[in-house]
Amino acid sequence: MLDIEIDGKQVQVEAGSTIMDAAQLVGAYIPHFCYHKKLSIAASCRMCLVHVEKAPKPMPACATPVTAGMKVFTHSELAVTAQKGVMEFLLINHPLDCPICDQGGECQLQDLAVGYGGSASRYEEAKRVVFHKEIGPLVSMQEMARCIHCTRCVRFGQEIAGVMELGMANRNMHSEIQTFVGRTVDSELSGNMIDLCPVGALTSKPFRYSARSWELSRRKSVSPHDSIGSNLTVQIKNNRVMRVLPREDEDINECWLSDKDRFSYEALNSTERLQKPMIRVDGALREVDWNVALDYVSHALKDVAATHGGEAIAALASPHSTLEELYLLQKLTRGLGSGNVDFRPRRRDFSTDGKLAGTPWLGLKLSEIKNLDSALIIGSFLRKDHPLFAQRLRQLAKKSGKVSLISVTSDDSLIKLHSSITVAPAELAVALGGVVKAVAQLKSVPVPLGLESLEPCAASKLIAEALLAGEKNAIFLGNVAEQCAQAAQLHSLAAELASLTGASFGFIGEAANSVGGYVAQALPTALNAYEMFVQPRKAYILLGVEPELDCQNPQHAVAALKQAALVVMLSPFKNDAALDYADVLLPVAPFSETSGSYVNSEGRLQSFSGVCRPLGDTRPAWKVLRVLGNVLAIPGFDYESSEQIRDEIVLPGSRFVGGLDNAIRSDVSVLDAASDGLQRIADVPIYFADPLVRRGLALQLTRDAAVPSARMCAAMLAQLGITDGAHVRVRQGEGEAQLTARVDETVPLNCVRVAAAHASTAGLGDMFGMIHVERA
Amino acid sequence: MAILGAINPMLTVGLDGNNAWRLEDYLGRGGYSALKRILAEKMTPDQVIAEVKKSVLRGRGGAGFPTGLKWSFMPRSFAGDKYVVCNSDEGEPGTFKDRDILLFNPHSVIEGMIIAGYAMGAARGYNYIHGEVWEVYTRFEEALAEARAAGLLGKNILASGVDFELFAHHGYGAYICGEETALLESIEGKKGQPRYKPPFPASVGLYGKPTTINNTETFAAIPFIMNLGGEAYLEAGKPNNGGTKLFSISGHVNRPGNYEIPLGTPFSTLLEMAGGMRGGRKLKGCIPGGSSSPVVPGEIMMGCTMDYDSISKAGSMLGSGAVIVMDETTCMVKALERLSFFYYEESCGQCTPCREGTNWLYKIVHRIENGQGRPEDLDLLGRVTTNIMGRTICALGDAASMPVQSFVKHFRDEFAYHIEHKKCLVPPDVQRAGSGFFKATV
Repeated sequence: MLDIEIDGKQVQVEAGSTIMDAAQLVGAYIPHFCYHKKLSIAASCRMCLVHVEKAPKPMPACATPVTAGMKVFTHSELAVTAQKGVMEFLLINHPLDCPICDQGGECQLQDLAVGYGGSASRYEEAKRVVFHKEIGPLVSMQEMARCIHCTRCVRFGQEIAGVMELGMANRNMHSEIQTFVGRTVDSELSGNMIDLCPVGALTSKPFRYSARSWELSRRKSVSPHDSIGSNLTVQIKNNRVMRVLPREDEDINECWLSDKDRFSYEALNSTERLQKPMIRVDGALREVDWNVALDYVSHALKDVAATHGGEAIAALASPHSTLEELYLLQKLTRGLGSGNVDFRPRRRDFSTDGKLAGTPWLGLKLSEIKNLDSALIIGSFLRKDHPLFAQRLRQLAKKSGKVSLISVTSDDSLIKLHSSITVAPAELAVALGGVVKAVAQLKSVPVPLGLESLEPCAASKLIAEALLAGEKNAIFLGNVAEQCAQAAQLHSLAAELASLTGASFGFIGEAANSVGGYVAQALPTALNAYEMFVQPRKAYILLGVEPELDCQNPQHAVAALKQAALVVMLSPFKNDAALDYADVLLPVAPFSETSGSYVNSEGRLQSFSGVCRPLGDTRPAWKVLRVLGNVLAIPGFDYESSEQIRDEIVLPGSRFVGGLDNAIRSDVSVLDAASDGLQRIADVPIYFADPLVRRGLALQLTRDAAVPSARMCAAMLAQLGITDGAHVRVRQGEGEAQLTARVDETVPLNCVRVAAAHASTAGLGDMFGMIHVERA
Repeated sequence: MAILGAINPMLTVGLDGNNAWRLEDYLGRGGYSALKRILAEKMTPDQVIAEVKKSVLRGRGGAGFPTGLKWSFMPRSFAGDKYVVCNSDEGEPGTFKDRDILLFNPHSVIEGMIIAGYAMGAARGYNYIHGEVWEVYTRFEEALAEARAAGLLGKNILASGVDFELFAHHGYGAYICGEETALLESIEGKKGQPRYKPPFPASVGLYGKPTTINNTETFAAIPFIMNLGGEAYLEAGKPNNGGTKLFSISGHVNRPGNYEIPLGTPFSTLLEMAGGMRGGRKLKGCIPGGSSSPVVPGEIMMGCTMDYDSISKAGSMLGSGAVIVMDETTCMVKALERLSFFYYEESCGQCTPCREGTNWLYKIVHRIENGQGRPEDLDLLGRVTTNIMGRTICALGDAASMPVQSFVKHFRDEFAYHIEHKKCLVPPDVQRAGSGFFKATV
């Protein structure tokens, strides 16, 4: 620790810190633009020049390391003259038209110009003109003359997003921030550049010129998308969500937000919003009042239960539903005499159900990731499934942590990987088994039963070495590992590997409430999410799911729904497919219009209030389920608030849910032999993952929202006699899809990558099942 | 051949300007004997550095930092790679000495770099050569090939167990890449932009490793220091200004070119060697050390000797030894306009004061030169330069400001005349006559 003095205040700081760090400790504000606590130091804006005793010239606070006994003056005449000098330079070429700038009112340059700018400019020449750029549907570079060249956006790309999509071209005053000629910015984290930009150069394309910052009310919320549970500030004008910004929490999303979390709000104002209850009358859906609809639903459900028994009813919820909604749904279903309730529509293998020691979770806190020595991720499209989780791993790998990946495609994770293995989905367990065996061999302990015949490859040995060398290690099972047919095997192998290496292990979790669903006990005691469609029921209650896009096997799901006597859908949206099979559509509130709670992958319970009034006749789903419970005369449905429901599920006041435990009561099972034939690899494209993002207009224009193709490696295409770009027919069971074949060397042999969750592939079957590809 | 004269030369001894650059010629002049002796006598790196320190060799690139001291900054105990880098990115207006050293005596640079690598424990070197002098780059590559073939470069040099590999790397002509950290960025394949210091290259340099960067002429002087001994080299110049130096003279002299003279030689002698003032006209001003150094009025310059201390006393810098001579036919506003344009154009655009300030300076001087000047402009120039100086990442901001400040200081009347009368104090046809291509009518 070093003793220094800033503006006369004594402060102790760690050796190696900068003057800026020290100033923050004593609360002295030093103006700055290019400095950002999460980015590397550029020291290029020169706004943070301060006066250091004995230094001949002013020093940049962001880049000057403190020395013992240093005396710093942040507001001495020397410092302020230097700061004002820099401000004058920044303003000479900056348009001074704040009233018509989209950033006006929330602009760092505008704010600091009040303190450091002159009242009039001594610069009378023509200002620099910078041509606008087109870089995609999310970030606008329409007013690049406003850029002050702080390069925060450039450094964000290089350091946080892991890909340098923006750079500073040219030199001198003609320097311009731009993409490589003709390219767009496609990072799944690109929206953060808008927040980082201190001026109005990078702005949000969907938000631009739709409101002024001072007209917006700011409300807290939690992201309903991925399992991180990013904290949001939702900005409202006239009861309409206008914009979503990150709410900083170092333990969760830091100061970042993925584009999915940031831009999906457009769906909240979508024209597809369901605004009135609808009932099928004479084959067509008609709008009715709530009391009519609820009356109809309760009678119909009672009828089914009476004539066919409670087990003829099944309920399926989206894992993006709130804790309270999931709890009431399972309570209602069980009240109707049915154990067919689930919240894991994309799951295939349920053989761990009943064998779990507790609620499956991440295995450690998100904030602990940065301290890991090594991490192994199994079965994940990391960047697209969990953009901010991947970001944490990226920082870990940069800092010397060893990150390894075993997955089904070799998509670029933009993480410096220690080792990686890419295998067909059916061979994931074999690959993981190889690592387990390599660890056992390295430790000279008996090889677990069932793995004797495996021969660990070089990559598995590397992974094994990393897991044994480090002190803090973690093993993460991704979405693919949970969705594929060997989920239980992977779970027990990961458990075995964890116990051999002393690593923590857990699930990254697919959705905002993937942990919460277990806590809410929205779990089957009879038919699970897959079986309830394979063995068709008479009545279905669907909460927030669109089965043709959200299910492991949409073919089974749609067939079962079509034959059912009653399909009750609680959804914020109406979609074309539902109009086919739904008998009742009940408009329920999306996350922004209801109170509720999510439990993120680390078990953190985050409750939130609605940020605006429900649209039209929409009602919060917990209220709808509560009233349904009342109308059906099921006891225990007398809740007054969502908090009351929550407090029945978890201990009041708890920040983390209890009972988190990934242990499994089963042995490492014998591995399946690899199967013959062509396997499907179904990723869930980032902007089709849930009903909300599917309706995000700007997100749907991105490269990530392109229509899926049938992607295979060149050898596979050649084997099938198909050329790149040819039209192909892919078949699974009864269903088929017409797609374009594409060469993609990231896909392993004997596999074809056909995305799920898209209308064009909704006719297909299991996400990781066998598939036929033929020329159309 | 553009090395036109010398007094007690070292670097340019025996050069006939044609084929004397080849390895055999260099060996004939006693080349590589210093290296051979160091290796044969097993001189320790410390002894080599001590010899360089004794010579008081000061960096020939412009800053004049003592070379021996710089070498001693390299961390001895550092286990990994270390680098020696030669800065041949000679882009400063007026400077053209490194070009001739590399063209006519490339092996002296190679030998100097090998010795430097040995002294600092670096097994790898790069010579970054300005991209606009392609023949120099190809010449140096040829010399490297000769040295490698003769076992003077590579693994186990002359069976001594010492390794040193040297590579040529050409830039593309950006002036900023002559700034040592921008040069390192450029070698690494990045955009040439200076790094913030600290950390200095001696601790975090090329590819993050300890690195020492010296000018071409500095390295070329090393073999002579080792042969003569540090003291003898120092005595060849004057105290605190050891050795001889190449001066590139351009402008209104009869024989512009490179001249090697001992430091401390009077300016008048140098001017005489260069054939005196063109047309016998009077010396108006002189930029003694490349375009970044402040201009010195003619009468003061005539009293100077050519060494770091004397020029510094005259309010300027010896810099790279590029002497730009301007006679009385020169319009100082126009001269400054051209210089300011250069710095505006070559600013890398990274930090605010330089990016915005150099352009503003140019616009103001351009305005004055074109009859659009305002009385307050001279003060404005002063304020803009003080806002740039000392507030930028690298020295380019200072380099752009010093000419402006010195021109306005020494030739204020001429600037004021321009602003008041909206034309030059020196009539245009006199200016044209001064160029040597036209006759004056007055």
